[in-house]
Amino acid sequence: MLDDFMTRATLAGIGVAIAAAPLGCFVVWRRMAYFGDATAHAAILGVALSLAFQMSIFIGAMAVALIMAMTVTLLAGRGYAMDTLLGVLAHSSLAFGLVAVSFLSGIRIDLMAYLFGDILAVSRLDLAVIWGGAALVVALIAWRWSALLTSTLSDELAYASGRDPRREQLILTLSLAVTVAVAIKVVGVLLIAAMLVIPAAAARGLARTPEAMAVTAGVIGAVSAAAGLRAAYVFDTPAGPSIVCVAAVLFAALNLVGWRSQRGA
Amino acid sequence: MTLVSVKNLSVKYGAHTVLRHVALAVQPGEIVTIVGPNGSGKTSLLRAIIGATRPAAGEITLKPGLRVGYVPQKLHIDPTLPITVERFMTLTDRVPRGACHAALARAGVPDLLKRQMSQLSGGQFQRVLLARALINQPDILLLDEATQGLDQRGSAAFYRQIETVCRETGCAVLMISHELHVVMSASDRVICLNGHVCCEGSPAVVASAPEYRALFGTGTGGALALYRHDHDHSHDHDHDHGPSAHEAAE
Repeated sequence: MLDDFMTRATLAGIGVAIAAAPLGCFVVWRRMAYFGDATAHAAILGVALSLAFQMSIFIGAMAVALIMAMTVTLLAGRGYAMDTLLGVLAHSSLAFGLVAVSFLSGIRIDLMAYLFGDILAVSRLDLAVIWGGAALVVALIAWRWSALLTSTLSDELAYASGRDPRREQLILTLSLAVTVAVAIKVVGVLLIAAMLVIPAAAARGLARTPEAMAVTAGVIGAVSAAAGLRAAYVFDTPAGPSIVCVAAVLFAALNLVGWRSQRGA
Repeated sequence: MTLVSVKNLSVKYGAHTVLRHVALAVQPGEIVTIVGPNGSGKTSLLRAIIGATRPAAGEITLKPGLRVGYVPQKLHIDPTLPITVERFMTLTDRVPRGACHAALARAGVPDLLKRQMSQLSGGQFQRVLLARALINQPDILLLDEATQGLDQRGSAAFYRQIETVCRETGCAVLMISHELHVVMSASDRVICLNGHVCCEGSPAVVASAPEYRALFGTGTGGALALYRHDHDHSHDHDHDHGPSAHEAAE
């Protein structure tokens, strides 16, 4: 079954959607969308370094994404507004990454594959890495779920119940780095933030509890991945962007329905 | 046995010292109110007690196994986060639904269990926060200006509710408030804070202490507190202190 590249691609897309759903909910609730974007953009620098030192792209991208996320967390609240800080770091790391890639004269690399993903070229090993990473992220978030939610609502509430919100922040940061690393192959660094934010935002109107929102986001993400790939095959369009397009259409449709039913009520 | 004991506490943010040599103790069943002007370190003191701020010096001792119910100053729930009252109340402690019901009834808002937090009014929201803090039968409630955003009647009713609950359950209270006129009548003891403990004692003693008047003589809160104090005790003082508070304000 895994011999078919479409099957592997679909499974890869669903794997990323499942990891991105609960994490994406926190990204939305905590207003970290730009933070996710910055972390993802930094990963291109990780890709360049991995290629230069001939190590696993997954490890390199994850390491740089993690360093980026930690740097942002450390610098937050020290002089610059968060969005300024992220704007500086996100785009400069992307630029440095692109420049670093150009130095790699010995290797011809397809930059587009890293910027927009190369989901149709997912190998069995890639698939194992993606599902392993996704399982790790889901397990981490499920394990800390209550604590993460509490510290999302209020730092003080977390402290008063004996939890350290800084640790929860670290867990989210780590999950983000892993998700970015596994999603590069699927949607590429430029569209990872979309896979985090769009399914979660689309699920908002359908859910009454945080848990329901995370599960719904997973379903929406998985449907987007499967339908996006199918559309890419039928219309011969780039796969990663097609997945994001389907997610965006679902987001718009669900909001339109919600808006109409609210007006009707 | 003392529930919370703070000795010689100092808190610094960078080079800036916000609290110096603060000592206080709360006994079971006692309602203690901390008052103080803006920037006096009230919130820092409470944050240090719940462990959110590391003290620069001194020690904070909680009775072993102390159950703390904390009511934050404000809680911003992002509109993108769907959460029912029931889910919110069971976030930090797993409790049966019956306990949720009981705590909500205690806090004066039964029947909210299935509502979305985002649909609550300001007063309902604060009461749900109170109910959440009460759910585990705490030994002490810590409240950080819990009536922000409520009008005067609303906050008076809120503090009456707290007083009733605590007299019924024997739960102690340590709370911060700027609404002295509302809070003082419910307190057993008032601690006046301004970087250090200025004065401390029963509401009547503190309200007439010169340190307290020096702090609150200039603000509206002070004028109201003086008003309440004078009004309750002696009308002669009205003429002495009422105008002086006015002058200071100008």
